[in-house]
Amino acid sequence: MLVAGAAVALLALVPLVYVATYVVIIGPADLWQLLARPRIAELLRNTVTLAIACMAATAALGVSLGLLVERTDLPGRRLWHGLLVAPLAVPAFVNGYAWVSLDRSVHGFTGAFTVVTLSYYPLVYLPVVAMLRRLDPALEESAWSLGHSRARTFRTVVLPQLRPALLGGALLVGLHLLAEFGALSLLRFPTFTTAIYDQYGSTFNGAAATAMAVVLVLLCLVLLLAELRLRGDRRYARLGRGAARGAVPLALGRWRWPLVGVVGAVVVLALGIPAFSLLRWLVVGTSTEFPVAELAEALVATIALALAGAVATTLAAIPVVWLAVRHRGWASTVIERSTYVANALPGIVVGLALVVASLRLVPAIYQTAALLVAAYVILFLPRAVVTVRAGLEQAPTVLDDVAHSLGTGPLATARRVTLPLIAPSLGAGAALVFLAISTELTATLMLSPIGTHTLATEFWSASSELRYGAAAPYALLLVLVSIPATVLLMRSDSPATTTERVPV
Amino acid sequence: MSSLTITGVTKSFGSTRAVDDVTLHVPHGSFTTVLGPSGCGKTTLLRLIAGFLVPEAGTIAFGSTVVAGDGVRSMPPQTRRVGYVPQEGALFPHLDVAANIAFGLPREARGAQEGRDRVAEMLDLVELPADFRHRRPDELSGGQQQRVALARSLAPQPAVVLLDEPFSSLDASLRGSTSRAVRRALEATNTTALLVTHDQNEALSLADQVAVMRAGRLVQSAPPSEVYLSPTDPQVAEFVGRAVVLPGTATDARATCALGEVVLTEPTTGPVALMIRPEQVYVDLAHEEGVRGTVEEVSYYGHDCAVQVSLDDGTSVLARMAGVRHPVAGDTVHLRVTGLVRAYHPAGSP
Repeated sequence: MLVAGAAVALLALVPLVYVATYVVIIGPADLWQLLARPRIAELLRNTVTLAIACMAATAALGVSLGLLVERTDLPGRRLWHGLLVAPLAVPAFVNGYAWVSLDRSVHGFTGAFTVVTLSYYPLVYLPVVAMLRRLDPALEESAWSLGHSRARTFRTVVLPQLRPALLGGALLVGLHLLAEFGALSLLRFPTFTTAIYDQYGSTFNGAAATAMAVVLVLLCLVLLLAELRLRGDRRYARLGRGAARGAVPLALGRWRWPLVGVVGAVVVLALGIPAFSLLRWLVVGTSTEFPVAELAEALVATIALALAGAVATTLAAIPVVWLAVRHRGWASTVIERSTYVANALPGIVVGLALVVASLRLVPAIYQTAALLVAAYVILFLPRAVVTVRAGLEQAPTVLDDVAHSLGTGPLATARRVTLPLIAPSLGAGAALVFLAISTELTATLMLSPIGTHTLATEFWSASSELRYGAAAPYALLLVLVSIPATVLLMRSDSPATTTERVPV
Repeated sequence: MSSLTITGVTKSFGSTRAVDDVTLHVPHGSFTTVLGPSGCGKTTLLRLIAGFLVPEAGTIAFGSTVVAGDGVRSMPPQTRRVGYVPQEGALFPHLDVAANIAFGLPREARGAQEGRDRVAEMLDLVELPADFRHRRPDELSGGQQQRVALARSLAPQPAVVLLDEPFSSLDASLRGSTSRAVRRALEATNTTALLVTHDQNEALSLADQVAVMRAGRLVQSAPPSEVYLSPTDPQVAEFVGRAVVLPGTATDARATCALGEVVLTEPTTGPVALMIRPEQVYVDLAHEEGVRGTVEEVSYYGHDCAVQVSLDDGTSVLARMAGVRHPVAGDTVHLRVTGLVRAYHPAGSP
């Protein structure tokens, strides 16, 4: 298990090692020369401004909507909750396509800010709602009984407890944003990620692309460290046992219907516009056609790759989790932590690292499905590890002890006790990874073998050539495959599930 | 079933000696409790017997079969035929009651009538209704889970059953009924059993033999009444029940102390520590016979009460008396000691 775990950790660290090696080889002087250019300054300004603006906007939107849905008498709260989470089922690049294909004037900072905020606010909204549901109303009741007003109680009791969910969600938005390629490319707002792709795609300028990747990885690491620190400080909302009661909703009074209007407007913008745009292209697009054979081919290729990636990622997660849960020690900790580094690695960097590493070290695997699957493993390992870990923790070692005492050997115990107990989490982990891979764009574009067309790559080639109608059926299929993951996220009450989402 | 013999067993974790040269014999078909505070090494001892740990020195034998020990390759747990009942039962959550109980039966028996009969027999033994066989562990109360865990451990007819604080997570009322049911089931099957606990009431009321552990060492093993009435040293006396330990001076069969003159279990001479159980201290409310004192505090339990008395010389003494008529704080009472008193020389040995 240790050897297998170490191998997985090594694979997970390939992109980071690649970036670090590049910095060492090129040296600070040359690196500085590559980076000290007006273009890089512009990219840095674009990336940082957009990230900060979107994090602030999603935080404000996520908390306000969360409070309205969870803590007030807003009419139709359950329905609004479903509709407010639903944008997660529309990949950001599909949303970008929907807006830009509807109105070509949507572009630049304003366009990018609008589209990305509308795509990513659920990443704040969901953990905030989960936290609000978990808050023990007894805390607020205690504050009221101590003479605090409702407003003061909110400020001094509720808000501090929402902070981890709020900041965690916002940092996650930041990480997603740094990794976002498709939407920003369509909206013509250059950031490091889109620039790296352009450098790579147009001129195959490895040095310039990698230099930019160094900056991108540093930005991501800052956010990841902030998120990790925050998670370490997180305290459980409920200390005591017993069933939590729901909080008494705040009566909105005459603000009720105007606020319904506000929530409705968010839903129209975040969900209505993409739905309308997609349907419009499907129905009236001049370039719309339904090439059934090609759609089926792309669907089959997508499913095959996602299936292979899901199986490989889940299998890779097993030794990591086994060591982390059953054999705690420094080696296990190092192995588990190294898989989390992927949280800070945008698909573009993983793609670039694997292209260069394979060409230099094992040219035979360049342009093969195996290399693409390896990229998926690196990108989505954290997701599988979190899910499988939760399962293995439900199978305490005392059950193995009991099984042994009843005459069952190690293999039979694994078959009769451990595997049946962790099977659901293995399945859930594989399903999450499967769905994530189905809509992955960036690494797939860079690494898919020539002749392999997936839904994402087909969508991309059509929409980047402005054949919006031709892209529509693929966009629809992409949304359809995203729905199950969104339902899974909606069902889970745990903020952890949402904060473990990684950039794609 | 067979007897269990532990000889000179030692086990360390790093520099900590968790089990230190422990020797204990549990006769065939008898029930021994290992009593000790948390961290005394009692669970480690149990895990050594089960085979989850390997001793550094000493031997463990089931009947005449040495399962671990000097020069013998330690038998893995799955071949030792031990029944293991951990805290909170640890039922397999993915299996129903019947499948849990049948888990340790041979593969061919599990699906057959033989297995079903054995499950029914075991449910009956632990006093659970037959229709419980299809329940899932999360549909059972804590006490029921423990009974199923015992049934599961007994089904394959183990050589020895080991119980690791099996009632500690149950509330007080369930603990009594569950432990009595477990005791009856073990007796009915004539099972050799070892239970570890930190609860003195449980240890004394269930077992044929109580083994007291302290800091990895076995300090006394004897029938419950002997451990209670004749503890090996004052520390054991204070751990097993409440004890009043007073300094005194012995002259043959008698000794004098703050509570006046007492009669000793064994004659001795010189300065001694006297161990008196609170129920041996008679609280006289009516007469002025005995040593005078003032009641400081009364804890009333219904059936009896504990009375803390400060003697005129300042010594504090605990007395236990029936709850029907009792003094209140501030009353003046007279105390005297009834029955025989155990004396210890300062080194610890009587």
